[in-house]
Amino acid sequence: MSLWKIAWRSMQQRALASWLTGLSMALGVALVVSVLVIHSVVDDTFRRTAQGYDLIVGAKGGGLQLVLNTVFHLSRPINNIPYSYYKEFTEDDHHRGKYARFIKLAIPYCLGDSYEGYRVVGTTPRMFDEFEYARDRKYEFAEGRNFKHENFFEGVIGSLVARQTGLKVGDEFNPTHGVTDDKVGHKHDAFTVVGILAPTGTPNDRALFVNMEGFYLLEKHAKDPPAKGSGHSHDDHAHDEHEHEHDHDGSAHGEHGGDSHDDHKHAHGHGHAHGPRKPLPENQREVTAILLRTRLLDDPVAAMGLPNAINDEPLVQAVTPAREILTLFDSIVGNLRLLLLVLAVLVVVVAGIGVMVSIYNSMNDRRRDIAIMRSLGARRSTVMVVILLESILLSVGGGVAGVVVGHATMGLISPWIVSQTGVAIGIFQFHWMELALVPSLVALATVVGFLPATTAYSTDVAKALSLAP
Amino acid sequence: MLRLNDVKKSFTEPDGTRLPVLDIPSFQVAAAEQMVLVGRSGCGKTTLLHVIAGISRADSGVVEVNGCDLAKLPEAGRDRFRADNIGYVFQTFNLLAGFSALENVLLGMSFARGKASVERAAALLQRVGLSHRLTHKPAMLSVGEQQRVAVARALANRPKLLLADEPTANVDSRNQQQIIDLVRETCVEEQVALVLVTHTAEVAEQFDRVERLDEFNQAVASV
Repeated sequence: MSLWKIAWRSMQQRALASWLTGLSMALGVALVVSVLVIHSVVDDTFRRTAQGYDLIVGAKGGGLQLVLNTVFHLSRPINNIPYSYYKEFTEDDHHRGKYARFIKLAIPYCLGDSYEGYRVVGTTPRMFDEFEYARDRKYEFAEGRNFKHENFFEGVIGSLVARQTGLKVGDEFNPTHGVTDDKVGHKHDAFTVVGILAPTGTPNDRALFVNMEGFYLLEKHAKDPPAKGSGHSHDDHAHDEHEHEHDHDGSAHGEHGGDSHDDHKHAHGHGHAHGPRKPLPENQREVTAILLRTRLLDDPVAAMGLPNAINDEPLVQAVTPAREILTLFDSIVGNLRLLLLVLAVLVVVVAGIGVMVSIYNSMNDRRRDIAIMRSLGARRSTVMVVILLESILLSVGGGVAGVVVGHATMGLISPWIVSQTGVAIGIFQFHWMELALVPSLVALATVVGFLPATTAYSTDVAKALSLAP
Repeated sequence: MLRLNDVKKSFTEPDGTRLPVLDIPSFQVAAAEQMVLVGRSGCGKTTLLHVIAGISRADSGVVEVNGCDLAKLPEAGRDRFRADNIGYVFQTFNLLAGFSALENVLLGMSFARGKASVERAAALLQRVGLSHRLTHKPAMLSVGEQQRVAVARALANRPKLLLADEPTANVDSRNQQQIIDLVRETCVEEQVALVLVTHTAEVAEQFDRVERLDEFNQAVASV
């Protein structure tokens, strides 16, 4: 009969105490597993998502806030920047922005509205036609299609938004001014859902994207026009013409010819007449951020100097999302995780002490059993090993159960986490540090089993055999 | 088979004085011999069995079992020797409660050099009339059955010497004779020498050789 079996039988003999001790170990390990997996998935999701963008340009201020606000739909929106900055990153037949040669793709982002607590983003169809998320993945539609530039009041919604709000293709929704969760804010004109994005595992699953042209026409979304005769205004206006020649198809063109302050007023005066409305003049437009994919490979030296050049501008800053997230995780989230991990490990250590107390308390009752084994020829070291094996069985058995419980819990609460954060945690999502759990638990069990094992080692056989059974 | 020469053993009292328990000038048991040790309570019978089994170490003298002087062996060596060469039947059976009858016999084999054999354990239990009780835990066995399991366990490693410390003290008279018969028969079959301690005259008178420990143990005789 192996020593393992002898240890197992001893555990069975004290079934209730063994179960309770193993359970406390399982809960401690489940906590460790949860901390490891949740942090790992969140970390991975944030970093992967941040990698989808080379640079983000926005108003000067906190770089991290710009990234959180733009990429992760978190935090308060920052200030807007003039539309003319966006033009500096684009080019067409008639216009070439001063940074355009470094840019592969520039996507404007207009923020500030929400729908049932989910952020509404005004942007262009290129966001889903040309942009990639997590570096190399194209957006796909689970249902419907992308919105069209010429249809101002069309939009597409993220998979989570569709699931949570019940919006379907063909439904209309009215964005609310502001990004708070309350639903009593001012309601804007309705947009029609023309597509539902396939799940991306990114925060964009919990956002709604509408045609920027329609977004601009919503109440309070146009800034006051500059005073007449302003040279800058004239430039903006000229850019506007070129932009629309580039972007619009024929039908949009016709509507677009008479950009003016009067046109803008007209648009506001007929908030519900979507079709015939004209685009907002460029000199009244603002964007919250510009997402950039650079030509880093074509001209690495120049592209790497791009952020510095942008940061020299008076109103805007350029941030690298991956770097901001790295800083966030290394400086704050990483420490938080370390703290949680230390607490979870402490719970495991306390459970380990529970194993020690449980076995140690049983030693008095087992002194006679140990003496019997010794009388049958078991050496001191053998009975010591039996006690250590019992400690290991309780700790590792509880630990393995804890891994199962931890992952099962992740699987059970995964839908809730997805609904709250958009981060999907699978039941089989493992962290490499889990591999270290078993050897760590064996080491812990050996340490906590040492005291009762020493008691077994020092049992006086002759005296213990004289004890009444 | 068993030879004791000038064996002395004493215990330390709480006040620090030494209390002599064993002082045996000479004692021998031949191979496969069966004998009985009798004596009044406190004359050192159990202590003598512990010294012979190597559970306790003699303060001085020779304790030779099957040609090996246990007094010269370290504790681990005595443990190993005991596992391989000496069987022990206790008055209170001393079966482990969490183990089945078969596992209790297998446990007796686990600490010896040879590999634990389920076939051998099952055969021994069959020999003591418990083939239908292999998986029963001690609590599910009668007192007589428990002692029979203890006999099977003591013989599991084919020992050269079987020490039985009042094996019938806790069983009724019907079971008493069955146990004695079983122990004696199996010792003959396995060619094992038997040293049996008893208080019971009916048991003692069945043996050809009966020794009174309080007569040849000078630590007690001199008191």
